[in-house]
This record gives sequence, C-alpha cells and structure tokens, in this order.
Amino acid sequence: MEAWVHLAVAILLPAFFGALVAVIFPARWRNAPWVTAVITSGLAFAASVAGLVYTASRGEVRYYLGGWEPPMGIELVMDPLSAFFCAVVTGMAFFVFIHGKTVVPRETPGKEAAFYSTALLLVGGLLGIVLTGDLFNLYVFLEISSLAGYALVAIGDRRAPFSAFRYLILGTIGASFYLLGVAFIAMETGSFNMGDVARVVPALGDSAPATVGLILIVFGIGLKMALFPMHGWLSDAYTYATSTSTAIIAPIGTKVAAYVLLRGCFYMFDPDFVREGIPLTTIIGYLGAVGIIWGSVLAIAQSDLKRMLAFSSVSQVGYIALGVGLASPLGMIGAVLHTLNHAVMKACLFLVNTNILSRFGHTDIRRFDRTFRIRMPWTMAAFTLAAISMIGLPPTAGFFSKWYLVLGSWENANYVFLGVILVSSLLNVVYFFRVLEKIYLRTDGEPYDEKNEREDAAVEREESPASMLFPTVFLAASLLVLGLANAFIVTYFIRPMIPSGL
Amino acid sequence: MTGFDVPPVAFFLLGAALLPWLPAVGRAGVCVLFPLLALVHVSLLTEGAELAVPFLQYELVLLKVDGMARMFGIAFTLVAVVAGIYAWHMRELKQQLAAMLYAGGALGVVFAGDFFTLLVFWELMAVASALLVWAGGTDRAGAAGLRYLLVHLLGGSLLLAGIVMEVYTSGDLSVRAFAEEFSPGSLLILLGVLVNAGMPGLHAWLPDSYPKSTVTGSIFLNAFTTKTAVYVLAVCFPGWEVLFVCGLIMALYAVSYAVLANDIRLILAYHIISQVGYMVAAIGIGGELGLNSAAAHAYNNILYKTLMFMGAGAVLFAVSETRLTHLGGLFRKMPWVVVLYLVGAAAISGLPLFNGFVSKSMVMDAVYGRDLGYSLLALASVGTFLSVGIKLPYYTWFYRETPRELDAVGKPPVNMIVAMGILALICVAYGLWPAWQYAQLPYGVDFTAYRTDLVVKAIHIPLGTFVVFWFFRHKILGEAKIVLDTDWFYRKPASNIGGLILDGVNRFFGACESGLDRLIVQRIVPPFRNPIKALGFKSGQGDHYDPDMDRTSLGSAVGLTLLVMVVALVLSL
Repeated sequence: MEAWVHLAVAILLPAFFGALVAVIFPARWRNAPWVTAVITSGLAFAASVAGLVYTASRGEVRYYLGGWEPPMGIELVMDPLSAFFCAVVTGMAFFVFIHGKTVVPRETPGKEAAFYSTALLLVGGLLGIVLTGDLFNLYVFLEISSLAGYALVAIGDRRAPFSAFRYLILGTIGASFYLLGVAFIAMETGSFNMGDVARVVPALGDSAPATVGLILIVFGIGLKMALFPMHGWLSDAYTYATSTSTAIIAPIGTKVAAYVLLRGCFYMFDPDFVREGIPLTTIIGYLGAVGIIWGSVLAIAQSDLKRMLAFSSVSQVGYIALGVGLASPLGMIGAVLHTLNHAVMKACLFLVNTNILSRFGHTDIRRFDRTFRIRMPWTMAAFTLAAISMIGLPPTAGFFSKWYLVLGSWENANYVFLGVILVSSLLNVVYFFRVLEKIYLRTDGEPYDEKNEREDAAVEREESPASMLFPTVFLAASLLVLGLANAFIVTYFIRPMIPSGL
Repeated sequence: MTGFDVPPVAFFLLGAALLPWLPAVGRAGVCVLFPLLALVHVSLLTEGAELAVPFLQYELVLLKVDGMARMFGIAFTLVAVVAGIYAWHMRELKQQLAAMLYAGGALGVVFAGDFFTLLVFWELMAVASALLVWAGGTDRAGAAGLRYLLVHLLGGSLLLAGIVMEVYTSGDLSVRAFAEEFSPGSLLILLGVLVNAGMPGLHAWLPDSYPKSTVTGSIFLNAFTTKTAVYVLAVCFPGWEVLFVCGLIMALYAVSYAVLANDIRLILAYHIISQVGYMVAAIGIGGELGLNSAAAHAYNNILYKTLMFMGAGAVLFAVSETRLTHLGGLFRKMPWVVVLYLVGAAAISGLPLFNGFVSKSMVMDAVYGRDLGYSLLALASVGTFLSVGIKLPYYTWFYRETPRELDAVGKPPVNMIVAMGILALICVAYGLWPAWQYAQLPYGVDFTAYRTDLVVKAIHIPLGTFVVFWFFRHKILGEAKIVLDTDWFYRKPASNIGGLILDGVNRFFGACESGLDRLIVQRIVPPFRNPIKALGFKSGQGDHYDPDMDRTSLGSAVGLTLLVMVVALVLSL
C-alpha cells in the first residue's frame, strides 16, 4: 500500500527529469534528446497506466510533496479522473515523440535538444495540472505548460512567432482570470487545497465571491480550452507551429483545460449548485453547442488540411463542453470518453498531416489526388479510419462518445443538443469526405479505365519511415480497439470517477 | 444445421478482409465464392437460431433467424453471388471491396436482433454504397456520392436518435414490432428507415446517384439499400396505416417520373421506388397476407430488378451511352441481353409464368377491398409496363437503325450474359412453380396465383397498355425528332395532349429542380466558403476564407471572452 502512494509522483517526475537531461548531451549525439523524450514519456505512460488500474480498483492516492501535509504543503491527488487524464496525456506524448524522430531534425535542425526539453516541460506542466490537489500549485503548472507551449509554437515557420504572440496574449489573459478566481475562492474559504474548498463551499451557502471565483476560473480556463468564442488563438497557433509541436499540443493541451473545468464544476463545487443554483453548466453547454457548429463550418471553409484540423478541434472541444453542460452521469461519461477518443483521433490526424507534409511538401487539400493512396497506403488508411471516427460511425471510438452524449441529451430532454450533435456529424462528413474523395476516388472526370490503371501502376510506393508510420497506424488501429472496448473503459475507468452529487 | 450459428455477414467481412491481398483473378473468385458460402449457410440456418454477446447492460444479438429474415437473407446472398459473376471482368479493388462490405452490411441488418447491431450495419451500408457511387469516377458522380452519403448519414442519425429514445423509454434494445401510437422514438426510426426506402420527399438521393454509379456498382445498389429498409419496415411497423398511404404515393409518384425519364438507368431507378411502394403498401395492410406478399414481392423484385439493371449495365458497357434518345437498333449486337432483359420486364409487369405475377397478385389480393388503393396500384402497374416493359426495350434495342455514333459497339462479356441467364432462369422457375415461393414465406399461405380472375387481370392491363403505346410510340420518346407523315391526323392532337400533360409536368418539375439547384449553388454553398463574410463580420470579404484576412482580431477575442464572462456573472448573481 505504502509503495503505491509514490505512483502519483512517479508519473510527474520523468517528464521534468527528462526536460533537464535532454539538454546536457553533446551536440554530436543527435538522437539523444529524442531517446530521452521517448524513454521518459514511456516511463510516465507506464506509471499512468499502473495508476489508472490501481485507482480503478482501490480508489484514490494522495501524496504529500516533501512530506508537508495540506493545507500548508502541496498534495498530489491521483483519483480515477486524474489518472485517466494522465494516461491520455502521457500516452499521446509517447506516440507523438516516437513519430518525431526524423520530423524534428528536419523541421528544426540543430534545435532538437531545446525542442524536446520544452516539449517535456509542456507534458510535465500538463501532468502537474492534472495531479495537483492545490489551486495555486495548479496555476504554477498552468504557467509552466503555457510558457512551454508558447515556445513550442514560436519555434515553427516564419509566421509562427506572430501566432505564438497572439497565443501568449490570450493565454496570459486566461491564466490571469484563473488566478483572480483562485484569489476569490481562497479569500472566501481560507484554503488553496481543493479538498478543503470542496468541504467548505457547501457551508458557505449562496456565496457571491465563491461564485465569482468559479466563473473566473471556468472562463479563464475556457480560453485555454478554446471554448467558443474564446478560440481565437487556436487556428493560427496550430497551423504555423512545427508538425510535432502541433501534434503534441493539439491532442492534450485543450483536454487538460477540460479536466480543470470538470474538476472545478463537479468536484470542487457541488454539482447541484453549478447546475441549478447558477446556470453555469448550461452556459458552458450552449457555448459548446455553438462551438461544435461554428468550428465545423469554419473547417469546411479551409483549403489547408492542418488548418482544417485545427478548426475541427474547436468543434470537438465543443463536444466535451456539451457533455459538461449536460451535468449528468451520461454527459460526464460522454465528455471524458470523448477526451480520450478525440485525443487519439486528433493525434492520429495530425501525424497523418505530418506524413503528407514530409512526403509531398504541402497539405493543400485542393492539390490532393489519387496517387496519394498508392504512394502512402497505410497513412491514407489511417486517415480514413480517423476520419470515420471523427464523423462518429460505428464501430469506431468516435461513435460511442456521440452515443453517450445523445443518450444524455435525450435524458435531459435537451433537443437542441441532440440536434446539434446530429447536424455536426453531417458537417464532419462534408469536410472529411471531401478529402477522402480526392484521395480514393477522383479520376479527373473520367470513369476509371485501363489508362488510369496503367498510370496507377507506374506510381511507386513511398510510405513514411517506420518511426513515423508505426505511431500513425497504431493510433488509428487503437480507434477500433477503443470503440470495441468502450463498454469496458466506461465500466471500469469512467463510472468510478463520477462524483456522488452528479 | 445447428452449432454453426455464425452471422452470415461474417462471410462477407472475411471475404473483404482477404481481397486486398489477392491477385485480380483471385479477387473475382472471392466475390463469387464467399457469397455462395453465405448463401448455403443462410439456407441451412434453422429458424430460431440466435447468437448473442453481452454489451454494457444489454445483449447484442448478432444473429436472429426467423422466416422473414431468412427470406431476405437468401435473396441478398443469391443476388450477391450473381452480381459477383456479373462483375467477374471488373478488376478494380475498391469496387469489389465496397460491394462486399455493402452486401455484408445488408445481411447484418437483416439478421440483427437488436437495434444497436442494426445501426452499426446500417451505417456500414451507407458508407460502402457511397463508395460504389463514387466509383463512377466522374465529377457528377463525386458530387452525387457526397449528397448520397449526407442523406444516408442523416437517415442514420435519425435512426440513432429514434433508437436512443426507444431504448431510453422502454429499456428494450431488441428489434421488434412497434404499436402504432406514434411515439417520438418510433417515428424517428420510421423516418430514418423511410429515407432508405426512398419515400417521395426523402427519395432524391436515389435517382440522383444510382444512374451515376459504375456498370457493376448499380447492380449492387439496386438490390440492397431499399430492400433492407423494406425488411425493417416489415419487422417494426407491420400494419401501420400510414405506410399504406406512403406505399401508394411511392408507387404512383415514381412511376410517373419513370415514364418521363430518358436515361435507362434513371428509369430503372425510379422503378425501384415504385416497386418498393407496392411492398410498403402491403406492409401497411399488415396481417399475414400483407407481410407475406411484401416479403414475396421484395424477394422477386430483388431478382428481376437486378436482372433489368444488368441489362442496362450491359448496354452501358457496350456503347457507353444510356440515353434513350441516343440509343436504338442494338438488338442484333446483343440478342441475349435483350431476351433476358425482357424476362425481367415481363416479371416486373406481373405477366403470368413469371415470378412477378405471383407476388404482385398476392399484393393486389392483400390490397383488395380498398377500392381507391387498389385502383391506384393498378394504375401504377400500367405505368410500369409502359416504361420498362415497352418503352425502354423498344427504344434501346429496336425502333430505328443503330445511330451512327454507336457504330463501334463492343460486346458485353460472357460473364454478364451468364449472370443474367441465371437470374432469368430463377425468375421463370418461381413463376412456373409458385409453390417453391410459398414454402419460403414467413407465414403459412393459403393462396393460389393461377386463379382465372388474377390471370385475366394480369394480362389485360399490359395488353391494353401495349395497344395504346403502339399508337403513341413516336410521341413518347423525349426529344426525338419526328418526320411529318400521313398519320398526322392523330399525331397532331396527340402531341397537343401529350404536350399539355408531359411538357407541363416536365416543366413544373424542371423548374423545381433548377430552383433547388440555384438555391444550393447560390445560397447554401457560398456561405460555407467564407462563413465570416456570410455572417457580416468585417473581413477580407473574399469569396473564400482567407486565413490572413479573416482572422479574428485580438481585441475581439478578448472582448468576446469578457462579454461571455459578464453575461455568466449577471445570470449567476
């Protein structure tokens, strides 16, 4: 029992340790930073999975940093919710790092050590946010991850610094709101510890400062999460950052913000209060619903694959917000399951985007053609599977989060949400099948004939190297596994995390 | 056979999984062999066999065999085998793959015992069949395929919503008959299924996409989507009065379009809807006779309709042309195709000695007693015979000398003729020995097809139609030029009346269609190119979204955040 307590810190340490180690190697060991990143994120992933299994069967683990007990000291809390998010974060980081082996040296030559160190700081910061049981400590980790994130975006192409600057301005505003909210809550409850706050808040009754504090936290974090209409930073940051930066920030950055939202609304505060006392979850849900549609509509308008995926993220984050907005067990299952599913889908799609970019030198959808499927069959198969999952067709993972959200909307008799989810899958069809059609079916206006067949036979296969192909295909295949195993995941990992008041 | 209760869809999924690894000839073999195995397997399944796997708190029933499911299952696997033969010469992997998945999806739906499994295979069918439309390869096929997919996924979404509501209110996931009480859940399911059945109003995808698919793709398309919808209607909504009305509308509406259409595959596509109308009407009648006749008619329809589509496909394959006004005189080039097609045409028109006669008589018998409905269906069968029994073959294969541009006529490959021959044989066999069919029906039958009154009815309608046609034969072909002749005294008034009726209808629907096109092209598409401009925000005002001009300014991003927060605060305090 005692030894298991250290799992919480075992998840956190490898990332920070790796961030320090990655920069100490001599420059001629070109692969050393990459190896460091893969090993440390792999260790963290293993620890997270162990933690996930442990908390699912035995309940939460508390670890007092430096032996100082709260409320004076800082505690790490690993409960089913945080263990789940840790597993998502570290798992995605692990696969994206593997994928970066040849991509990072090509896109940012000579900066590998700095890149991996920063990326590991980002991962460490995000893990800290998820694990900490202390509101102020969460702010510290939020700043660590954000600063690392700005740096990762700025490292990209010529326009990246500009988008990083926008990201920095908006992100800092978000973090300031968060800090302000924490101050309000600490003022009212006298503690930074989330557990203490959760115990004190119900006794306060209808406390205006606490309410204001929660709202500041929610919308400050909403900026980080790119919740509509606070998504202004996202499209440029994702588009102009380097391939691996985007692939690491996009699947997990916004998800961790969603974690804070869940933690704040349903664990720190009484779910009944945020549901009925103040219409907070309703507002979040409707913002999510608008975001789902708006993100999809903008994604349709894009001609660049990477930017299209970025806008699709705005839409998908909306699903999570919609699940929070339902404020019911089904909504919570939908939101958490979609966090996992969308992380895998988006990581896979951004890896596919990278594979295309590194082979063809562009990601302009208008210039995609039939040869893509012959030159990169596995990458395109992965794209197809991920696209089908994004649309939400059974039996892929995406269908099941949609299923729970639809079920939850119906339970709450919220027909607006129901309609939004159904319409959104149609919009997803438009922007994904537009790409699929070009890759698989378009034959320049003529029926497929022997001439095409000869042309196709002349095209050589030029699939990506194994280091890029393996993570891409693995993530795509796991979408099927996650879909088929969703009942297991929901029963063993997600149901135990539903707070009692929900 | 017991102890081997695997869902038939497994054969198709296995076949599809093998396809990418095989050389071209092996692929064609798989496309025949695996459906054949499935056919044997389905015919050996005993009624009542079940295969269930636990899922959450429910059970997923992957296989549930009853009379209705078996009948549809046999028809589907049979047609998949024959279509595999018909497509023997076709070497394109993606079409073969899509066809296998599509047929598998249809069988999965038919043997699904719970709505969840049904939905999974329903969506599989939607995607796989969209691939077949896209395989047409033209820009028009590309656009039609996307429209097709959107409509079907919308139908799937309605189905999903309906299923969620039903499951939530009753806690029962099993596929079962709903009481006719119009609960929101069952209505949504009905709507979702009617999309696939091609109910007028929800049908536009069908004539839009089927004629644009490939030669072999349309064979598969015609057989599965609408008939699985019929199956689900028969199982879930037997005796729903509203379906009777729907069926009548479908039968008449589509047939009047078929009479006006010029493309042979378009004519056949409209006839799918019309024929499904008969089945839907019979389901609306309900009862054992109603369901029996719907099942029998679906079964036979799958056979003869596929046969006719194969005939049209052979024409397209040989001359790359499907417009009646550009065809003619092809009889000598493909006599077997013509003969075999005519078997299908005789069957669809319900002539005695062909299988269509048996099931159509059953449907008419079930409807008997509802005078209006009965006469409307009889009217529809006039149109059926007119368009596919006479008009289509006459203008395609006879009528005039082969147009010069069709001189270089290819020959349809032997495998196409063989496939058509098999289907024609089956059609005749069921017509000559209707008892075979009765034995397959889900409920016991007390019906004799070869009753004098039924035979007489079945003959006099086509006969009368033929006589009328012969007089008007030069008028009916769309835009063909007519040389003024001595018969002007009856052609002149005929052209006026014809002009009044046909032109008026044509013009009306033409206007509707171009209006709809304009609406889509001018109103619906452009806002999606640049949503920022469409909503009137200050932007680059380009027609397409430009990331540099249409970027949200920092100020507005911060402003919106503040605004949302203030609103939330005001609402909360």
